[in-house]
Amino acid sequence: MAGKMINLILKVWRQKGPTDTGSFAEYKANNVSTDASFLEMLDVVNEELVTKGDEPIAFDHDCREGICGACGFVIDGEAHGPLKSTTVCQLHMRNFKDGEVLTIEPFRSKAFPVIKDLMVNRSALDRIITAGGYISTNTGNAVDANANLVPKADADEAMSSATCIQCGACVAACKNASAALFTSAKISHLSLLPQGQVERKDRALRMVAAMDAEGFGSCTTTGACEAACPKDISLVNISRMNREFLVANVTKQPKHQDGGAG
Amino acid sequence: MSGFLGSTVGKKYIMGITGLIWAGFVLAHMAGNLLIFVSSDAYNAYGHALTSGNLIYVAETVLVLALITHVFCAISLTKNNREAKQSRYAVSAKGQKRVSLASRTMAVQGSLILAFVILHIITFKYGTYYETTVNGVVMRDLARLMVEVFQSPAYVVWYLVCLILLGFHLTHGVGSTFQSLGLMNGSYRDGLRKLSLTYGVVVALGFIAQPLYLFIIH
Repeated sequence: MAGKMINLILKVWRQKGPTDTGSFAEYKANNVSTDASFLEMLDVVNEELVTKGDEPIAFDHDCREGICGACGFVIDGEAHGPLKSTTVCQLHMRNFKDGEVLTIEPFRSKAFPVIKDLMVNRSALDRIITAGGYISTNTGNAVDANANLVPKADADEAMSSATCIQCGACVAACKNASAALFTSAKISHLSLLPQGQVERKDRALRMVAAMDAEGFGSCTTTGACEAACPKDISLVNISRMNREFLVANVTKQPKHQDGGAG
Repeated sequence: MSGFLGSTVGKKYIMGITGLIWAGFVLAHMAGNLLIFVSSDAYNAYGHALTSGNLIYVAETVLVLALITHVFCAISLTKNNREAKQSRYAVSAKGQKRVSLASRTMAVQGSLILAFVILHIITFKYGTYYETTVNGVVMRDLARLMVEVFQSPAYVVWYLVCLILLGFHLTHGVGSTFQSLGLMNGSYRDGLRKLSLTYGVVVALGFIAQPLYLFIIH
């Protein structure tokens, strides 16, 4: 089935670099196929810009299959655009009407400085992972797959938390630029599984501390993050993170002066 | 524990616990005051019984401390949140990804409610002291003061606005508390949202009925 052709007006945030103040610029996107993805539409606009000798609009992208988490910007105030459970690379132009005016901005948060145009630096999320998003494991032969028993419900819940692709839309959608949904998904994913038990308390303490240190805001339970999340990570994860953090604080052991030697 | 209280998550625990104390208080306060619909004597006798023991001082201390903590924690969190976001989007989200009005304006609502609580205490607790005798016991005639105050349409409107705001604050706050305290669970999440909504509506309507009733019958 052949798609229709539509014309759009784009108001795009243009910013030369991290120190530039930036402003909106207007572009016409004519003869856009409704079968094209949003990024493909921008590719066409960029082709025209390059042909005219203008600087193309910079945006992050990689797999264009909705699984890598590289892409993401804000369309009319909505991270990844109007559709739920969708990354902007999987958002198709059939969701827009002919003649529509779209305002396109980068993810906004103090912790996500703009690199250029629609590209932001999301390394802050990597540093939260570095703080505790890992497990200790034995080297040598792989353990038998059935050695660790995991209840089905826990496995399902851990898996749904693990689907987070670290795109940062939760931070972008949050009025407080809170990274609570992201951090809680990572904490939940590992804390629900037997492999994650060794670092369980340290993980909650360190990842929350890292999240705060990066300058993210706090959770007001508005649920905008969950609505913007292309992977439908649930707000319930944040409640679990808070619980894990409280328990870790209450039960943490003091450091032994003698290193705990017998 | 300093690390806990210094963290955003710890501060939300404090907001939740202090908020819950006040949510419980306003519900009890609203329910007790419904006695004004029974009779002035019943209302005064209830007030007299509440303030006769030493328990009132404990309750007052807890409430004042909870309120101060809630306000200072809120200021700290709001300041931090504004710094974290820095700039807003040129266009606000309209569809499923929008942010609820109640959650966006919690700080503004809270500030107005705080002003209201202070003025409310000045008007009633430290208002004109009338005396009455109920069943041979001399006690404060708070019902008379209440009737007097709510003769003024301006007072009634001010109370209506503030009480609706209080209800609105609760519709977001009560449910949010469970999330903040780590007590949210997928299976009763929807139930909590409805409970929070009902709580705010019941408290607001129960309170609003009182000044309206007194204004209309007198």
